[in-house]
Amino acid sequence: MLYKLKVNGKAQEVEAEPGTPLLWVIRDELDLTGTKFGCGVAACGACTVHFQGAPIRSCSFPIDAVGENEITTIEGLEDKTAKVVQAAWNEKDVVQCGYCQSGQIMSAVGLLKQNPSPSDAEIEAAMQGNVCRCATYVRIKDAIKTAAKNLEA
Amino acid sequence: MSQTISRRGFLKSAAAGSAVMMVGLNAGGLLAVGSSDIVVNPFVSINQDGEVTVVIKHFEMGQGTTTGLTTLVAEELDADWQKMKIDFAPADGIRYKNLFFGAQLTGGSTAIANSYMQYREAGAMARDLLVRSASTAWGVSPNQIQIRNGVISAGNKTAHFGEFIKEAMALKLNDKPVTKTPDQFNLIGKLKLPRKDSQAKTTGQAMFAMDVKLPGMLYVAIHRSPKFGGKVSSFNLDDAKKIGGFVDAKVLANKAGVAVYAKNTWAAFKARDALKVSWDFSGAETRGTEEMRAEYKKLVDEPAMFNGLPTTKEAANTAMQDAEHLVEADFQFPFLSHAPMEPLNCVIEKTANGVRFHDGCQGPSLVQGVVAYVLGLEQSQVEVKTFYAGGSFGRRANVNSDYHVEAALAFQAYGGQTPVKLVWSREDDIRGGYYRPMSMHRAKIGLDANGQLLGWDHHVAAQPIMKGTPFEAMVVHNGIDHTSVEGLSDTLYQVPNMSMGVSDFKSVIPVLWWRSVGHSHTAFVMESLIDMAAAKAKRDPVELRLSLLDQADAKGQRMANTIKTARDMANWKEGDKRGFASHFSFNTYVAVVADVSVKAKQVHVDKLYIAVDCGVAINPDVIKAQMEGGAGFALGAIARNEVTLDKGEVIEANFPQYQPTRFGDMPEIEVEIVRSNEAPTGVGEPAVPPTGPAIANAIYAVTGVRITDLPMTKAGFTFS
Repeated sequence: MLYKLKVNGKAQEVEAEPGTPLLWVIRDELDLTGTKFGCGVAACGACTVHFQGAPIRSCSFPIDAVGENEITTIEGLEDKTAKVVQAAWNEKDVVQCGYCQSGQIMSAVGLLKQNPSPSDAEIEAAMQGNVCRCATYVRIKDAIKTAAKNLEA
Repeated sequence: MSQTISRRGFLKSAAAGSAVMMVGLNAGGLLAVGSSDIVVNPFVSINQDGEVTVVIKHFEMGQGTTTGLTTLVAEELDADWQKMKIDFAPADGIRYKNLFFGAQLTGGSTAIANSYMQYREAGAMARDLLVRSASTAWGVSPNQIQIRNGVISAGNKTAHFGEFIKEAMALKLNDKPVTKTPDQFNLIGKLKLPRKDSQAKTTGQAMFAMDVKLPGMLYVAIHRSPKFGGKVSSFNLDDAKKIGGFVDAKVLANKAGVAVYAKNTWAAFKARDALKVSWDFSGAETRGTEEMRAEYKKLVDEPAMFNGLPTTKEAANTAMQDAEHLVEADFQFPFLSHAPMEPLNCVIEKTANGVRFHDGCQGPSLVQGVVAYVLGLEQSQVEVKTFYAGGSFGRRANVNSDYHVEAALAFQAYGGQTPVKLVWSREDDIRGGYYRPMSMHRAKIGLDANGQLLGWDHHVAAQPIMKGTPFEAMVVHNGIDHTSVEGLSDTLYQVPNMSMGVSDFKSVIPVLWWRSVGHSHTAFVMESLIDMAAAKAKRDPVELRLSLLDQADAKGQRMANTIKTARDMANWKEGDKRGFASHFSFNTYVAVVADVSVKAKQVHVDKLYIAVDCGVAINPDVIKAQMEGGAGFALGAIARNEVTLDKGEVIEANFPQYQPTRFGDMPEIEVEIVRSNEAPTGVGEPAVPPTGPAIANAIYAVTGVRITDLPMTKAGFTFS
């Protein structure tokens, strides 16, 4: 079936089977490979993208439910919040293997857009669904706090 | 210095054909003088813009090798860090072998340790070439040339690294370059050198094998036996055919599974799940975890199969017969899955004379050897293009090259022409074996009235990792697989009258090295036992550890020094309700102090203080990151991870049942690196072994509950 999508500000037409998770359309059909497959059951957050600016797990989000809504992937991040978050990630050298980090960043950007100065508990609540097997969490927290501070400035 | 480099000399012009491909330059095969790059040696090339490319012989699974190896070259070159580029080496077990293993393989926390002088000399060779080239071009003597931060200068003349390629081409390479003395280091030991992979990994641009897409490629998922060791009898395609995007299905030649080919990953998964397969379980594992635990107990009840220390069990027990205090305990450990974030996958395609893998490849030499055998090729006909690996923790290298062989068989079964991408789901991963082995330890320690050790009787039952593999000759001695006992049989503690028996558990379930290998259980046992002994004898556990080390011996002294560093940074006081553990592994010394809070059996690890001595600290921030990550990796594993079976079938399927460490579990972590001028040693694994027992000892200090059966959730604790 043909689906019309808006991804990273661009209109896209893709052929996909009904029920296909958005993740696989993004990766296998649109070749936007920055969004990762980690578990397929919305339990690790590696596949996090923005749906109308808010984080969703694309591995468990059927293509049929996307409609005309705006999808943003890591490749499409360009506003100030995103740039500040990515800069903080670099400054703190958060990454190790890096495979989960697109998802971590999408969750962090989603958090800071909605809540520019989150408490520790709010950061934890927003990030608890994003797994990092390298356990870079200490630096993820540090980078989010740094980004929040820099956004305030 | 590697013989390879000295013999090879200065690669240039047409002779550099393979080198051109190696560093990913134009594939024309010719390096035209004055218009291209200088390929100084297999590790370093410099282009016209003065950019330096370092060829990385180890894969990057997050442990920081790309940054570490690049630092070694940049240090000797006095290069500008911003102008240092990286490229992964092709499969070439001669040029790019791990100097400790003699094969191209990353593991055992050896990437920096084995490359330390090799990459520095490669950089020094390039520096020497630049100095002499500039000297020729400017007509000044070499000792007037200075190089600082990527700038070559003499008097008021300056140039970048790419300006004297023509002069360099005319020179002969000096393969005995002078390397720096530690006091001349500008980059090594610098607190914060930005990681080489940060930018690509924060923008979604970093390429993993999972991201590879070749023209005409089919996606493959494999329907494997629900019980380890089952073989395909027959299969029915009717339901799979109804899945849109399904292409075909073929039994793998080894009958270990059915490959399902599809037009995209999702269709491959769906069609694979829809396939009905009948299995021959005659050679399969059919036991459940409880039966296996009972068998482990039987193994430690019976006399050991092998004895690993000169003292016999009888002699150890005789030495303890008048003991004032006895510590006796059994410890049990579950199977653990590596569960790297990037599920296993690789792409295989046909080349002019063989095949090429696209893979986050941990052991190119293993892949070449095994796949060549399976497909009837020469090793040189198996190429490997290495990508970033989304974690591994050991999983991406094994002697069977399991997932590469699956891909090769699927490729072959489809005719050997069409590129195929094999993708594992998370369920495939958690249920796919190659686990950290289950094991059981039984120990008895005797102390006199003064709290001095009199004897120690120890029995380990474990499923050996290396027995029956090509590594057997290296690792198995007198029947004992060293990976079952490392960290115990070679403990730095000076234990009198210590006996150690070993019994092998047998199963067809494949087991594998898992971040820190045998140390992942032996350290837990040793450090819990020392804590138990200290409690029995009413001695401070830190003081007891120090008293058991031979501080006249270099290793004992370094371990003691690391213990004191952790003690002091945490401001440890006798009687504190906190946990201590230390361990020596991969030639690195780590000591950990753990602070936990426990409310109604709900545990939170509040803070870990970690001291580490890993020799020269090349990238202190990467070392710090490995201590943080190693500790975090250990935490979830000891707290709540286990792979269990029912009638031979794995119960856990995905992260909801195999919960990794999450954001909210993470303690605050403080790391102190002990200053050292010794050769650098491993950092990827050594934080894992002492973290578990430090936490267990802290839980004991706070609650009085001694955890000896892992994961800790078995004792009724929860973690948040």
